[in-house]
Amino acid sequence: MRNCEYQQIDPLALSVAPASVQNLTDKKAERLRRKWEVFPGKNRFFCDGRVIVARQSGVLPLTLGLIVVTCGLFFAFDCPFLVEHLTVFIPVIGGVLFVFVVLSLLRTSFTDPGILPRATLDEAADIEKQIDTSGSSSYRPPPRTKEILINQQVVKLKYCFTCKMFRPPRTSHCSLCDNCVERFDHHCPWVGNCVGKRNYRFFYSFIISLSFLTSFIFGCVIAHITLRSQSGKSLIQAIQESPARYPLMELVICFFSIWSILGLSGFHTYLVASNLTTNEDIKGSWSSKRGAEESGNPYTYNSILANCCVTLCGPMPPSLIDRRGFLSPEESVPTVSASEIEVPSFAAKNDANMCTQSTKDVLERMLHSSASYGLCLLGTPKTTPVGLEVTGAPARAAETSPTERCWHQTADAPCSPFSTSSTSDSIHSINPAFRLASPSPSLGRAMLVLDEAPDVSFIP
Amino acid sequence: MRPFKLWQQAAIAAKVFIQRDYTNGTVCQFQTKFPSELETRIDKQQFEETVRMLNNLYAEAEKLGSHSYIEGCLACLTAYTVFLCMETHYEKVLKKIAKYVQEQNDKVYAPRGLLLTDPIERGLRVIEVTIFEERSLTR
Repeated sequence: MRNCEYQQIDPLALSVAPASVQNLTDKKAERLRRKWEVFPGKNRFFCDGRVIVARQSGVLPLTLGLIVVTCGLFFAFDCPFLVEHLTVFIPVIGGVLFVFVVLSLLRTSFTDPGILPRATLDEAADIEKQIDTSGSSSYRPPPRTKEILINQQVVKLKYCFTCKMFRPPRTSHCSLCDNCVERFDHHCPWVGNCVGKRNYRFFYSFIISLSFLTSFIFGCVIAHITLRSQSGKSLIQAIQESPARYPLMELVICFFSIWSILGLSGFHTYLVASNLTTNEDIKGSWSSKRGAEESGNPYTYNSILANCCVTLCGPMPPSLIDRRGFLSPEESVPTVSASEIEVPSFAAKNDANMCTQSTKDVLERMLHSSASYGLCLLGTPKTTPVGLEVTGAPARAAETSPTERCWHQTADAPCSPFSTSSTSDSIHSINPAFRLASPSPSLGRAMLVLDEAPDVSFIP
Repeated sequence: MRPFKLWQQAAIAAKVFIQRDYTNGTVCQFQTKFPSELETRIDKQQFEETVRMLNNLYAEAEKLGSHSYIEGCLACLTAYTVFLCMETHYEKVLKKIAKYVQEQNDKVYAPRGLLLTDPIERGLRVIEVTIFEERSLTR
């Protein structure tokens, strides 16, 4: 077999309780599903796809809690005193900063960071065909990198086994969210989301405004305590007198926050000014110390102002994942399921494990999908004899009757064989057929692979 | 290439993917190289003209001019809430691109048995050109 050295998905790990396939044909007319419902990454969606967060919310509630509590204490205990002794603008400024901080935080957390949708079956097959042009029967793992020239500098593009495409420059795959994110900066647990191309400016405004807010509150609390101690009392007495000693708590929170937030703001200001991402900076991608050649950042505009403008004030790119779009019959689940199942054919162990879990999730979702028969991966079996290729489907047309039956049913067809099969052979043999998802000019190779596939017995 | 039937009642013979061109950085540009599979179907210049026009439109969407800076600064001042009610410049240009693709399909590609897919539906990764096999089911 061509892919006999590839990692296999453990079919037992994929065992999903098979839903009754017959019912699904009735459901297909019920309601159109939105694309977010079949999204393959580890994200959660709210408000019918309008809001997207990472699966693990991290410490976002803690972040919000700290901000709200600190500001609440500030408004409750410091503002009355300071309004009386200083100026009425103190709570106004505090209020504006607080609103700005919370809005930026929510915007960072709930915005799509620049997730790249995974490649469709046809695309993945086309890429594979291009990188494996030898077309020989001998097994060779696909090369993982591709070198391109960007602004006269050589940049390596890596192949993402999960998303089945060569990652664009500056794109990285976040293992927590299981997505490729454009201009990936980092996954921020405080914010509970990845920080990437689309929400970096929100993140930056969040940390800058938070720096101002914490510094402002810190200053106000110091002023409060100082003013109280000015009227002849000692500092300790002044603290004891202040309402419930809460200013002390604010002081402590602000003191520790300031060091970390100001440091982070400074670091990100440096990144913005040099048009770098945290990911690139940590890896030292453009550090001149690496290698013998001078390799500068190919994306910089060589001007601090230009870099800042581009990063923060550039045009707002659209979300590529189209969460709220409706699934049309032909473009539903197959792109996800087959691509997930196809992964182990040449994935490293980590990728295979990752994909097993995500494939299982996908299969579970698919079993409850109500997509129509048209999107059935396997096309119309009756008119497709074995050996022919079907777009987006393994050409196992005449295999067994259970398979045929499931093809006629719904899009859940692809998952039924996998969910019930208990032999590794079934996954094994399906792989080459899946790999040839799109009609390939090199039909000879297709025929060769299909002939080599062992017979599969599907259990309905 | 062997044709086969799909739900669309039209046989898809092949799909060609025009990949992104990153020589100028991460801006959205597609390679203008004419794919060999389309040689029998369409004029090289016609195709390259389409891709060039698409590239120009994407460049317009991502252009860093005073318009985008004003939009960015306004958004920042309003804590980015303005994006909730206003369509961004990029989105406006994407609509223009969708219209252009539709128009090209109607006038140029459909009569030749081809179909262009709007790149936004493929995450701006590729321009997918579907080659249809007309009428005959088998060869």
